[in-house]
Amino acid sequence: MSRIREAFAGKKAFIPFITCGDPNLAVTEQIVLRAVDAGADLIELGIPFSDPTAEGPVIMEADERALKGGVTTDQIFELVRSLRRTVAIPLVFMTYANVVYSYGSERFMKQASEAGIDGLILPDVPFEEKNEFQSVCHSYGIDLISMIAPTSEGRIARIAREAEGFLYIVSSLGVTGVRSSITSDIGGMVKIVRENTDLPCAVGFGISTPEQAAAMAALSDGAIVGSAIVKQIGQYGKAAAEPVAEYIRAMADAVHSL
Amino acid sequence: MTENGRFGIHGGQYIPETLMNAVIELEEAYNRYKDDPEFNRELTDLFNQYAGRPSRLYYAERMSEDLGGAKIYLKREDLNHTGAHKINNVLGQALLAKKMGKTRLIAETGAGQHGVATATAAALFGMKCVVFMGEEDTRRQALNVYKMKLLGAEVIPVTTGTATLKDAVSQAMREWTSRISDTHYCLGSVMGPHPFPTIVRDFQAVISKEIREQILEAEGKLPAAVIACVGGGSNAIGSFYHFIDDSEVKLIGCEAAGRGIDTFETAATINTGRLGIFHGMKSYFCQDAYGQIAPVYSISAGLDYPGIGPEHAYLHDIGRAEYVPVTDEEAVDAFEYVSRTEGIIPAIESAHALAYAMKYAPTLAKDQSIVVTVSGRGDKDCVSVARYRGEEISE
Repeated sequence: MSRIREAFAGKKAFIPFITCGDPNLAVTEQIVLRAVDAGADLIELGIPFSDPTAEGPVIMEADERALKGGVTTDQIFELVRSLRRTVAIPLVFMTYANVVYSYGSERFMKQASEAGIDGLILPDVPFEEKNEFQSVCHSYGIDLISMIAPTSEGRIARIAREAEGFLYIVSSLGVTGVRSSITSDIGGMVKIVRENTDLPCAVGFGISTPEQAAAMAALSDGAIVGSAIVKQIGQYGKAAAEPVAEYIRAMADAVHSL
Repeated sequence: MTENGRFGIHGGQYIPETLMNAVIELEEAYNRYKDDPEFNRELTDLFNQYAGRPSRLYYAERMSEDLGGAKIYLKREDLNHTGAHKINNVLGQALLAKKMGKTRLIAETGAGQHGVATATAAALFGMKCVVFMGEEDTRRQALNVYKMKLLGAEVIPVTTGTATLKDAVSQAMREWTSRISDTHYCLGSVMGPHPFPTIVRDFQAVISKEIREQILEAEGKLPAAVIACVGGGSNAIGSFYHFIDDSEVKLIGCEAAGRGIDTFETAATINTGRLGIFHGMKSYFCQDAYGQIAPVYSISAGLDYPGIGPEHAYLHDIGRAEYVPVTDEEAVDAFEYVSRTEGIIPAIESAHALAYAMKYAPTLAKDQSIVVTVSGRGDKDCVSVARYRGEEISE
């Protein structure tokens, strides 16, 4: 069984997102290690991009801080190699097409795979464009994770049938960021996913409270939380590991209690 | 063009899943209407009765005589309603959006010309309009901000990134993902995800359709070259399109070199960029070694963009069009020269094309002609050109 599959085996998964290099890579490493202790089942590591068109202000600003600090893709591979000495849960990269393409997709996947990355999420690569990346991912045993949005009507089945790793269900219209309520028909989307694949699916975008995380995980196989975590890292800076770990523990507990 | 909106390897649809059905819906609507006689009759009527088409092809006799060499013709897109070529595309897209049942237009703008054109069409069609504009550009082009508001549009200054055109595009895309059902994203150039590069080109192709007829009437033969400025590249592709199959006509796109292509303060994408994927398309982009999009610079807010439309990237790849860098200094010189010599104040964007034409025309014979597209009028640029020359004026 793949590491991603194991993360969902017999339980709901809690999936935190962390922007690499915000405020610096040493703190990112601390946060990841603490997140694992706090019960994270899979971690999304964001490689910052200068112009992240699917992100709201919170992650956009984190990307800006990280890039201003000089973080590079090569340093992030190094971080993953270092994490893999102790971290056994699946790690997936979330970044934008140009970060991979410009580095050289082949070279990127080789480095990522050797460092111990399990999957890749590219929010600006939809179903229609996935082949050029997926073929390279396959050569290196990396899952290219597909997204499904509330506007995906008529496309969900097709996306689910060709999906790998897990399915990322986007809870709401718009960009990443905290929302007071999620009104999309998540249950309806999950139903079509289930009819077309055995892969697990997790819901992200807009989740910030343990109640929301539990509600979304109850409808699917897990909850993904990004902006709410990244916002705290922005607030606490170099002292973020402790409060973020506490927050992740509360969120993971809520998801695991289901 | 091949399948999936590719121009050679360029183009494509690199956008979030949330937007996919919206661009598919747009493509279906466009395919339904593009050859529809009623749609085309309405659009032609808008072009002719509202925008003032066809625009003139003016023989710039004084310039031609002063410079020597080929006869220089100016395609006067600056005489269109709203003062630039942008209105061609906007009237087409607004009409299409109306047919699709959309009631709200959103747009990005750099120099403000596309924003003004979109606000104008929204007023004409009774639609709501929101324009995203880099905060830096709202300062450079304050008059256009006022015009958009006067026309009933909301102008949202974008403060992220470099606070210029690329950030305005990103923010408009973000807005579109949050509100699709009643909103059409009226993209201003031949860029972004398929079908935008094709739709915008088709609406702008009226420029070269007219040039062809007008130059044949005036000269009895095709021009030696067609020259236009290139940011995203909509006036250039519009000027080139009906000449692409005429291999004897040189197609020359003029990129904004800013302070020079050997400096970091440049926006000359073909001359300094690399292959990449951004804003929905594969094309050439100014970027660093890790694929981070570079902060570009040009005196012209309309050419201050780190990418170029995919069809231009393709025309470059196959050698059909040539893309040359023109500096701020050369553009400002041309801005002043054409004002003085012909009594035409060109947009600073168009001045990039005029600057290259001034160098190029003297290399040709007297019995040849070249066409330069004056994509817009230069009223909006007087303050910044004056400042460039060390003179402070207030509007």
